[in-house]
Amino acid sequence: MRKTILWILLFSNVAFAGEETIRLKSSIGREKVTANCVMCHSLDYITMNSGFLDQKGWEAVVNKMIKVMGAPIQEKDAPEIVHYLFKNYGK
Amino acid sequence: MKVRTLSTALALMTLFSPMTVLGKQGLIKKSYRPPNYETPIEYLNDIFTPNDKFFVRYHLAAIPVINAQEWKLQIGGDSAEKPFVLTLDQLKHDFEQVEIVALAYCSGNRRGLFQPHVPGVQWSYGAMGNARWKGVRLRDILKRAGIKGDAVEVVFDGADGPVSSKTPDFVKSLPVDKAVDENTIIAYEMNGEPLPQLQGYPARLVVPGWTATYWMKHLISIQAVSKPFDGFWMKKAYRIPKNRFPGVEGNWTSQATEENTPITEIIVNSLITNIHEGQKFSLGKAVQLQGMAWDGGHGIKRVEISTDGGHTWSLSDLGKDYGRFSWRQFKFPFQPGKPGKYVIIAKSTNGVGQTQSFELIPNPAGYHHNQVQQINVSVE
Repeated sequence: MRKTILWILLFSNVAFAGEETIRLKSSIGREKVTANCVMCHSLDYITMNSGFLDQKGWEAVVNKMIKVMGAPIQEKDAPEIVHYLFKNYGK
Repeated sequence: MKVRTLSTALALMTLFSPMTVLGKQGLIKKSYRPPNYETPIEYLNDIFTPNDKFFVRYHLAAIPVINAQEWKLQIGGDSAEKPFVLTLDQLKHDFEQVEIVALAYCSGNRRGLFQPHVPGVQWSYGAMGNARWKGVRLRDILKRAGIKGDAVEVVFDGADGPVSSKTPDFVKSLPVDKAVDENTIIAYEMNGEPLPQLQGYPARLVVPGWTATYWMKHLISIQAVSKPFDGFWMKKAYRIPKNRFPGVEGNWTSQATEENTPITEIIVNSLITNIHEGQKFSLGKAVQLQGMAWDGGHGIKRVEISTDGGHTWSLSDLGKDYGRFSWRQFKFPFQPGKPGKYVIIAKSTNGVGQTQSFELIPNPAGYHHNQVQQINVSVE
Protein backbone atom coordinates (compact mmCIF):
# COMPACT_ATOMS: atom_id res chain seq x y z
CA MET A 1 0.00 0.00 0.00
CA ARG A 2 2.69 2.47 0.97
CA LYS A 3 4.59 1.50 -2.15
CA THR A 4 1.54 2.43 -4.21
CA ILE A 5 1.28 5.77 -2.48
CA LEU A 6 4.90 6.65 -3.23
CA TRP A 7 4.42 5.56 -6.83
CA ILE A 8 1.49 7.87 -7.28
CA LEU A 9 3.44 10.70 -5.70
CA LEU A 10 6.37 10.17 -8.01
CA PHE A 11 4.45 10.06 -11.22
CA SER A 12 1.51 12.35 -10.69
CA ASN A 13 3.65 15.40 -10.09
CA VAL A 14 5.40 17.15 -12.96
CA ALA A 15 7.52 19.00 -10.45
CA PHE A 16 9.70 15.93 -10.23
CA ALA A 17 12.65 17.01 -12.30
CA GLY A 18 11.63 15.58 -15.64
CA GLU A 19 12.44 11.96 -14.96
CA GLU A 20 8.93 11.02 -16.11
CA THR A 21 10.17 11.66 -19.66
CA ILE A 22 12.34 8.53 -19.52
CA ARG A 23 10.60 5.64 -21.26
CA LEU A 24 12.19 2.23 -21.21
CA LYS A 25 11.92 0.14 -24.36
CA SER A 26 8.62 -1.64 -24.75
CA SER A 27 9.18 -5.37 -24.36
CA ILE A 28 8.27 -8.26 -22.10
CA GLY A 29 9.47 -7.51 -18.58
CA ARG A 30 9.32 -3.72 -18.73
CA GLU A 31 6.58 -3.53 -16.10
CA LYS A 32 8.58 -5.64 -13.68
CA VAL A 33 11.73 -3.63 -14.25
CA THR A 34 9.95 -0.34 -13.75
CA ALA A 35 8.07 -1.52 -10.68
CA ASN A 36 11.16 -2.86 -8.97
CA CYS A 37 13.77 -0.24 -9.87
CA VAL A 38 12.03 3.12 -9.93
CA MET A 39 11.32 3.20 -6.23
CA CYS A 40 14.95 3.96 -5.34
CA HIS A 41 16.34 5.54 -8.50
CA SER A 42 15.36 7.07 -11.81
CA LEU A 43 15.44 4.84 -14.88
CA ASP A 44 18.32 6.74 -16.48
CA TYR A 45 20.57 4.55 -14.32
CA ILE A 46 19.63 1.80 -16.79
CA THR A 47 20.01 3.82 -19.98
CA MET A 48 23.27 5.42 -18.75
CA ASN A 49 24.95 2.00 -18.67
CA SER A 50 23.24 0.75 -21.81
CA GLY A 51 25.18 -1.23 -24.40
CA PHE A 52 28.11 -2.31 -22.25
CA LEU A 53 26.92 -5.30 -20.24
CA ASP A 54 26.41 -8.88 -21.40
CA GLN A 55 23.89 -11.21 -19.76
CA LYS A 56 26.32 -12.01 -16.93
CA GLY A 57 27.04 -8.32 -16.43
CA TRP A 58 23.35 -7.44 -16.01
CA GLU A 59 22.90 -10.44 -13.75
CA ALA A 60 25.69 -9.14 -11.52
CA VAL A 61 24.03 -5.70 -11.41
CA VAL A 62 20.64 -7.14 -10.46
CA ASN A 63 22.25 -9.38 -7.84
CA LYS A 64 24.09 -6.43 -6.35
CA MET A 65 20.88 -4.44 -6.19
CA ILE A 66 19.15 -7.29 -4.33
CA LYS A 67 21.92 -8.45 -2.02
CA VAL A 68 23.80 -5.24 -1.33
CA MET A 69 21.41 -2.38 -1.95
CA GLY A 70 18.31 -4.14 -0.60
CA ALA A 71 16.14 -3.89 -3.71
CA PRO A 72 12.70 -5.46 -3.08
CA ILE A 73 12.99 -7.83 -6.06
CA GLN A 74 11.42 -11.23 -5.47
CA GLU A 75 13.64 -14.14 -6.40
CA LYS A 76 11.18 -15.43 -9.00
CA ASP A 77 11.21 -12.06 -10.79
CA ALA A 78 14.98 -11.71 -11.09
CA PRO A 79 15.47 -13.81 -14.27
CA GLU A 80 12.79 -11.86 -16.18
CA ILE A 81 14.38 -8.56 -15.11
CA VAL A 82 17.87 -9.70 -16.14
CA HIS A 83 16.51 -10.95 -19.47
CA TYR A 84 14.75 -7.65 -20.19
CA LEU A 85 17.83 -5.58 -19.32
CA PHE A 86 20.17 -7.71 -21.41
CA LYS A 87 17.84 -7.92 -24.39
CA ASN A 88 17.09 -4.19 -24.49
CA TYR A 89 20.15 -2.61 -22.91
CA GLY A 90 22.85 -5.25 -23.26
CA LYS A 91 25.84 -5.40 -25.55
CA MET B 1 9.60 -2.93 2.28
CA LYS B 2 9.73 0.01 4.60
CA VAL B 3 9.37 3.33 2.94
CA ARG B 4 10.52 6.49 4.61
CA THR B 5 7.73 8.75 5.73
CA LEU B 6 5.34 10.38 3.35
CA SER B 7 6.74 13.73 4.38
CA THR B 8 10.13 12.67 3.04
CA ALA B 9 8.56 11.89 -0.31
CA LEU B 10 6.87 15.26 -0.35
CA ALA B 11 10.08 16.99 0.66
CA LEU B 12 11.81 15.25 -2.23
CA MET B 13 9.39 16.81 -4.63
CA THR B 14 9.79 20.31 -3.27
CA LEU B 15 13.54 19.99 -3.72
CA PHE B 16 13.36 19.55 -7.46
CA SER B 17 11.65 22.12 -9.60
CA PRO B 18 10.58 21.71 -13.22
CA MET B 19 13.30 21.77 -15.87
CA THR B 20 16.15 22.40 -13.50
CA VAL B 21 17.42 20.94 -10.30
CA LEU B 22 17.11 23.25 -7.31
CA GLY B 23 19.38 26.27 -7.45
CA LYS B 24 21.27 24.96 -10.48
CA GLN B 25 21.34 25.98 -14.12
CA GLY B 26 23.00 24.67 -17.23
CA LEU B 27 24.43 21.49 -15.74
CA ILE B 28 24.68 18.19 -17.60
CA LYS B 29 22.27 15.59 -16.23
CA LYS B 30 23.69 12.15 -15.51
CA SER B 31 20.76 10.90 -13.41
CA TYR B 32 17.61 12.57 -12.11
CA ARG B 33 17.17 10.66 -8.86
CA PRO B 34 19.37 10.54 -6.91
CA PRO B 35 20.47 13.76 -8.62
CA ASN B 36 23.84 13.57 -10.37
CA TYR B 37 24.77 16.55 -12.56
CA GLU B 38 28.13 17.66 -13.92
CA THR B 39 29.54 21.04 -14.84
CA PRO B 40 30.15 21.80 -18.54
CA ILE B 41 33.84 22.51 -19.20
CA GLU B 42 33.11 26.13 -20.19
CA TYR B 43 32.29 26.90 -16.54
CA LEU B 44 35.59 25.45 -15.34
CA ASN B 45 37.49 28.47 -16.69
CA ASP B 46 37.04 30.46 -13.47
CA ILE B 47 39.11 29.93 -10.34
CA PHE B 48 35.91 29.91 -8.29
CA THR B 49 33.26 27.67 -9.83
CA PRO B 50 29.92 29.50 -9.50
CA ASN B 51 27.64 27.92 -6.89
CA ASP B 52 24.80 27.48 -9.39
CA LYS B 53 27.17 25.70 -11.80
CA PHE B 54 28.78 23.41 -9.21
CA PHE B 55 28.43 19.67 -9.80
CA VAL B 56 25.90 17.65 -7.81
CA ARG B 57 26.50 14.12 -6.56
CA TYR B 58 24.17 12.02 -4.37
CA HIS B 59 24.21 8.27 -3.76
CA LEU B 60 20.74 7.92 -2.29
CA ALA B 61 17.46 9.56 -3.14
CA ALA B 62 15.88 10.59 0.17
CA ILE B 63 17.18 14.14 0.38
CA PRO B 64 15.49 16.30 2.99
CA VAL B 65 14.97 20.03 2.84
CA ILE B 66 16.58 21.08 6.10
CA ASN B 67 15.27 23.86 8.30
CA ALA B 68 18.40 25.55 9.71
CA GLN B 69 16.55 26.44 12.94
CA GLU B 70 15.92 22.77 13.65
CA TRP B 71 19.22 21.38 12.39
CA LYS B 72 21.45 19.81 15.03
CA LEU B 73 24.91 18.29 14.87
CA GLN B 74 25.55 15.39 17.28
CA ILE B 75 29.15 14.85 18.38
CA GLY B 76 29.98 11.65 20.28
CA GLY B 77 31.17 8.09 19.82
CA ASP B 78 32.83 5.62 22.19
CA SER B 79 36.09 7.57 21.94
CA ALA B 80 34.56 10.91 22.96
CA GLU B 81 34.59 11.76 26.67
CA LYS B 82 32.10 14.63 26.46
CA PRO B 83 29.45 14.15 23.77
CA PHE B 84 27.52 17.30 22.89
CA VAL B 85 25.09 18.80 20.41
CA LEU B 86 25.53 21.95 18.32
CA THR B 87 22.97 24.21 16.71
CA LEU B 88 23.94 26.10 13.56
CA ASP B 89 24.27 29.32 15.60
CA GLN B 90 26.61 27.62 18.06
CA LEU B 91 28.66 26.11 15.25
CA LYS B 92 29.14 29.56 13.74
CA HIS B 93 29.85 31.43 16.98
CA ASP B 94 31.52 29.07 19.44
CA PHE B 95 34.62 28.29 17.38
CA GLU B 96 37.23 30.17 15.39
CA GLN B 97 36.02 30.78 11.83
CA VAL B 98 38.41 29.92 9.02
CA GLU B 99 38.42 30.04 5.23
CA ILE B 100 40.14 27.79 2.73
CA VAL B 101 40.11 27.50 -1.04
CA ALA B 102 39.84 23.85 -2.02
CA LEU B 103 38.92 21.71 -5.00
CA ALA B 104 35.95 19.36 -4.55
CA TYR B 105 36.83 16.43 -6.80
CA CYS B 106 34.51 13.47 -7.29
CA SER B 107 36.39 10.15 -7.03
CA GLY B 108 34.65 8.94 -10.19
CA ASN B 109 35.30 12.02 -12.31
CA ARG B 110 36.12 10.90 -15.90
CA ARG B 111 34.84 7.35 -15.24
CA GLY B 112 32.82 7.61 -18.42
CA LEU B 113 36.07 7.95 -20.40
CA PHE B 114 37.46 4.58 -19.33
CA GLN B 115 37.95 1.93 -22.03
CA PRO B 116 36.82 -0.73 -21.50
CA HIS B 117 33.66 0.66 -19.96
CA VAL B 118 33.38 0.77 -16.16
CA PRO B 119 29.85 0.63 -14.71
CA GLY B 120 28.65 3.49 -12.51
CA VAL B 121 27.72 7.13 -13.06
CA GLN B 122 29.28 7.95 -16.43
CA TRP B 123 31.03 11.18 -15.50
CA SER B 124 32.98 13.12 -18.10
CA TYR B 125 35.35 15.95 -17.06
CA GLY B 126 33.00 18.07 -14.97
CA ALA B 127 32.46 16.31 -11.62
CA MET B 128 34.70 18.84 -9.94
CA GLY B 129 34.67 22.45 -8.78
CA ASN B 130 36.82 24.89 -6.84
CA ALA B 131 35.41 27.09 -4.07
CA ARG B 132 36.24 29.23 -1.08
CA TRP B 133 34.81 27.43 1.93
CA LYS B 134 34.13 29.09 5.27
CA GLY B 135 33.57 27.19 8.48
CA VAL B 136 35.22 25.90 11.63
CA ARG B 137 38.00 23.39 12.14
CA LEU B 138 36.84 19.85 12.82
CA ARG B 139 39.68 19.47 15.31
CA ASP B 140 38.33 22.30 17.48
CA ILE B 141 35.02 20.44 17.73
CA LEU B 142 36.72 17.11 18.45
CA LYS B 143 38.82 18.81 21.12
CA ARG B 144 35.71 20.04 22.92
CA ALA B 145 34.31 16.49 22.76
CA GLY B 146 37.44 15.23 24.53
CA ILE B 147 38.57 12.77 21.89
CA LYS B 148 40.40 9.91 23.63
CA GLY B 149 43.76 8.34 22.77
CA ASP B 150 42.11 5.09 21.65
CA ALA B 151 40.24 6.74 18.74
CA VAL B 152 41.19 5.26 15.35
CA GLU B 153 38.61 6.87 13.07
CA VAL B 154 35.97 9.59 13.04
CA VAL B 155 32.66 8.64 11.41
CA PHE B 156 30.37 11.08 9.58
CA ASP B 157 26.70 10.85 8.64
CA GLY B 158 24.49 13.28 6.74
CA ALA B 159 20.73 13.85 6.85
CA ASP B 160 20.21 12.37 3.39
CA GLY B 161 19.65 8.64 3.18
CA PRO B 162 18.16 5.70 1.33
CA VAL B 163 14.56 5.34 0.21
CA SER B 164 14.49 1.77 1.52
CA SER B 165 15.68 0.97 5.04
CA LYS B 166 17.45 -2.07 3.53
CA THR B 167 19.82 0.09 1.50
CA PRO B 168 23.07 0.93 3.31
CA ASP B 169 23.04 4.56 4.43
CA PHE B 170 25.85 6.73 3.08
CA VAL B 171 28.24 6.96 6.04
CA LYS B 172 31.98 7.65 5.77
CA SER B 173 34.97 7.75 8.09
CA LEU B 174 38.35 9.46 8.23
CA PRO B 175 41.48 8.34 10.03
CA VAL B 176 42.06 10.47 13.13
CA ASP B 177 45.14 12.23 11.73
CA LYS B 178 43.16 13.53 8.72
CA ALA B 179 40.21 14.47 10.93
CA VAL B 180 42.42 16.63 13.18
CA ASP B 181 44.37 18.14 10.27
CA GLU B 182 44.11 21.93 10.56
CA ASN B 183 42.70 22.14 7.01
CA THR B 184 39.74 19.80 7.57
CA ILE B 185 36.70 21.96 8.29
CA ILE B 186 32.94 21.93 8.71
CA ALA B 187 31.81 24.51 6.17
CA TYR B 188 28.58 26.51 6.20
CA GLU B 189 29.53 29.00 3.48
CA MET B 190 30.65 28.52 -0.10
CA ASN B 191 31.99 31.39 -2.21
CA GLY B 192 30.56 33.92 0.27
CA GLU B 193 27.04 32.49 0.31
CA PRO B 194 25.28 30.06 2.63
CA LEU B 195 25.94 26.51 1.45
CA PRO B 196 23.40 25.78 -1.35
CA GLN B 197 20.86 23.01 -0.64
CA LEU B 198 22.42 20.53 -3.04
CA GLN B 199 25.92 21.33 -1.80
CA GLY B 200 25.01 20.07 1.67
CA TYR B 201 23.05 22.84 3.43
CA PRO B 202 23.38 23.86 6.18
CA ALA B 203 26.85 22.40 6.91
CA ARG B 204 29.17 19.89 5.28
CA LEU B 205 32.58 18.43 5.76
CA VAL B 206 35.42 19.81 3.60
CA VAL B 207 38.50 17.59 3.46
CA PRO B 208 41.02 19.49 1.32
CA GLY B 209 43.25 17.26 -0.79
CA TRP B 210 41.01 14.19 -0.50
CA THR B 211 38.35 13.18 -3.00
CA ALA B 212 34.86 14.48 -2.35
CA THR B 213 33.44 11.14 -1.15
CA TYR B 214 34.58 12.21 2.33
CA TRP B 215 33.01 15.67 2.11
CA MET B 216 29.79 14.60 3.86
CA LYS B 217 26.86 16.84 3.01
CA HIS B 218 24.00 17.84 5.37
CA LEU B 219 26.26 16.74 8.24
CA ILE B 220 24.32 15.66 11.36
CA SER B 221 26.61 13.24 13.19
CA ILE B 222 30.31 13.03 14.07
CA GLN B 223 31.44 9.96 16.03
CA ALA B 224 34.97 9.33 17.30
CA VAL B 225 35.35 5.55 17.43
CA SER B 226 37.93 3.07 18.74
CA LYS B 227 37.32 0.46 15.99
CA PRO B 228 37.52 0.76 12.21
CA PHE B 229 34.14 1.69 10.76
CA ASP B 230 32.81 -1.21 8.67
CA GLY B 231 29.91 0.29 6.68
CA PHE B 232 29.34 -0.63 3.04
CA TRP B 233 30.52 2.73 1.67
CA MET B 234 33.89 2.28 3.39
CA LYS B 235 34.55 -1.46 3.14
CA LYS B 236 33.12 -2.23 -0.31
CA ALA B 237 32.97 1.04 -2.22
CA TYR B 238 35.49 3.77 -3.02
CA ARG B 239 38.48 1.42 -3.08
CA ILE B 240 41.61 1.36 -5.23
CA PRO B 241 43.79 -1.69 -5.87
CA LYS B 242 47.07 -1.63 -3.96
CA ASN B 243 50.37 -0.86 -5.71
CA ARG B 244 48.72 0.74 -8.73
CA PHE B 245 48.72 4.38 -7.65
CA PRO B 246 51.81 4.50 -5.41
CA GLY B 247 51.89 8.29 -5.15
CA VAL B 248 48.42 8.56 -3.64
CA GLU B 249 47.90 5.17 -2.00
CA GLY B 250 48.50 6.53 1.52
CA ASN B 251 48.80 4.33 4.56
CA TRP B 252 45.34 3.93 6.06
CA THR B 253 46.06 0.85 8.12
CA SER B 254 42.65 0.59 9.83
CA GLN B 255 40.86 0.31 6.43
CA ALA B 256 43.39 -1.31 4.06
CA THR B 257 43.14 -4.99 3.12
CA GLU B 258 45.63 -7.24 1.34
CA GLU B 259 44.19 -6.25 -2.04
CA ASN B 260 42.89 -2.73 -1.77
CA THR B 261 42.68 0.47 0.21
CA PRO B 262 40.27 3.43 0.31
CA ILE B 263 40.76 6.13 -2.30
CA THR B 264 42.07 9.19 -0.45
CA GLU B 265 44.31 11.85 -2.01
CA ILE B 266 43.44 13.50 -5.32
CA ILE B 267 45.93 12.47 -8.01
CA VAL B 268 47.94 15.09 -9.94
CA ASN B 269 45.97 16.16 -12.99
CA SER B 270 45.01 18.95 -15.37
CA LEU B 271 42.31 20.02 -17.81
CA ILE B 272 42.46 22.33 -20.83
CA THR B 273 39.30 24.40 -20.47
CA ASN B 274 38.99 26.78 -23.42
CA ILE B 275 39.43 24.76 -26.61
CA HIS B 276 37.76 21.61 -27.87
CA GLU B 277 38.47 18.58 -30.05
CA GLY B 278 38.37 19.38 -33.76
CA GLN B 279 38.44 23.15 -33.31
CA LYS B 280 39.70 25.22 -36.28
CA PHE B 281 41.94 28.25 -35.86
CA SER B 282 42.97 30.95 -38.31
CA LEU B 283 46.61 31.20 -39.33
CA GLY B 284 48.34 34.27 -37.93
CA LYS B 285 45.98 34.64 -34.99
CA ALA B 286 47.45 33.91 -31.57
CA VAL B 287 45.30 31.72 -29.34
CA GLN B 288 45.61 31.84 -25.57
CA LEU B 289 45.28 28.26 -24.33
CA GLN B 290 44.17 27.95 -20.73
CA GLY B 291 43.22 25.37 -18.19
CA MET B 292 43.43 24.19 -14.59
CA ALA B 293 45.92 21.93 -12.80
CA TRP B 294 45.58 20.37 -9.36
CA ASP B 295 46.70 17.64 -6.99
CA GLY B 296 46.08 16.41 -3.46
CA GLY B 297 47.84 19.23 -1.64
CA HIS B 298 51.52 19.31 -2.59
CA GLY B 299 50.75 22.17 -4.94
CA ILE B 300 51.31 22.45 -8.69
CA LYS B 301 54.90 23.20 -9.64
CA ARG B 302 54.62 23.42 -13.43
CA VAL B 303 52.37 22.69 -16.37
CA GLU B 304 54.04 21.83 -19.67
CA ILE B 305 52.34 22.18 -23.02
CA SER B 306 53.01 20.34 -26.25
CA THR B 307 51.40 21.36 -29.54
CA ASP B 308 53.01 18.55 -31.57
CA GLY B 309 51.60 15.49 -29.84
CA GLY B 310 54.29 15.25 -27.16
CA HIS B 311 57.52 15.63 -29.18
CA THR B 312 58.44 19.01 -27.72
CA TRP B 313 57.29 20.71 -24.53
CA SER B 314 57.17 24.30 -23.26
CA LEU B 315 56.35 25.72 -19.85
CA SER B 316 53.03 27.49 -19.45
CA ASP B 317 52.48 30.52 -17.21
CA LEU B 318 50.93 29.65 -13.87
CA GLY B 319 48.26 32.00 -12.50
CA LYS B 320 47.80 33.27 -8.96
CA ASP B 321 48.33 30.72 -6.19
CA TYR B 322 45.22 30.39 -4.00
CA GLY B 323 46.78 27.78 -1.74
CA ARG B 324 47.95 24.23 -2.17
CA PHE B 325 44.43 22.74 -2.14
CA SER B 326 43.08 25.04 -4.84
CA TRP B 327 43.46 24.32 -8.50
CA ARG B 328 45.90 26.56 -10.36
CA GLN B 329 45.21 28.20 -13.68
CA PHE B 330 47.72 27.92 -16.52
CA LYS B 331 47.97 29.91 -19.76
CA PHE B 332 49.95 29.36 -22.90
CA PRO B 333 50.11 31.41 -26.11
CA PHE B 334 49.59 29.13 -29.10
CA GLN B 335 51.01 30.84 -32.21
CA PRO B 336 51.17 28.33 -35.04
CA GLY B 337 53.53 29.42 -37.83
CA LYS B 338 52.01 27.31 -40.56
CA PRO B 339 48.71 25.65 -41.44
CA GLY B 340 48.12 22.02 -40.57
CA LYS B 341 47.08 19.70 -37.81
CA TYR B 342 48.24 20.15 -34.22
CA VAL B 343 47.88 17.86 -31.21
CA ILE B 344 47.74 19.83 -27.96
CA ILE B 345 48.66 18.19 -24.66
CA ALA B 346 48.96 19.63 -21.14
CA LYS B 347 50.97 17.81 -18.46
CA SER B 348 51.13 18.96 -14.84
CA THR B 349 53.76 18.18 -12.21
CA ASN B 350 53.28 18.73 -8.48
CA GLY B 351 55.58 19.85 -5.67
CA VAL B 352 56.94 16.36 -5.03
CA GLY B 353 57.59 15.59 -8.71
CA GLN B 354 54.51 13.48 -9.40
CA THR B 355 53.17 13.89 -12.92
CA GLN B 356 50.27 12.80 -15.11
CA SER B 357 50.08 9.41 -16.76
CA PHE B 358 50.29 8.89 -20.53
CA GLU B 359 48.49 5.55 -20.25
CA LEU B 360 45.16 5.12 -18.51
CA ILE B 361 45.61 3.06 -15.33
CA PRO B 362 42.76 0.53 -15.19
CA ASN B 363 40.97 -0.15 -11.89
CA PRO B 364 37.59 -1.72 -11.12
CA ALA B 365 35.67 1.41 -10.14
CA GLY B 366 37.18 3.83 -12.66
CA TYR B 367 39.02 6.16 -10.29
CA HIS B 368 42.10 8.41 -10.67
CA HIS B 369 41.79 9.00 -14.42
CA ASN B 370 44.73 11.38 -14.93
CA GLN B 371 45.80 10.42 -18.42
CA VAL B 372 46.94 13.52 -20.33
CA GLN B 373 44.36 14.94 -22.73
CA GLN B 374 45.19 15.05 -26.43
CA ILE B 375 43.20 17.68 -28.26
CA ASN B 376 43.38 17.64 -32.06
CA VAL B 377 42.97 21.04 -33.70
CA SER B 378 43.69 22.43 -37.14
CA VAL B 379 45.05 25.74 -38.40
CA GLU B 380 43.90 27.06 -41.76
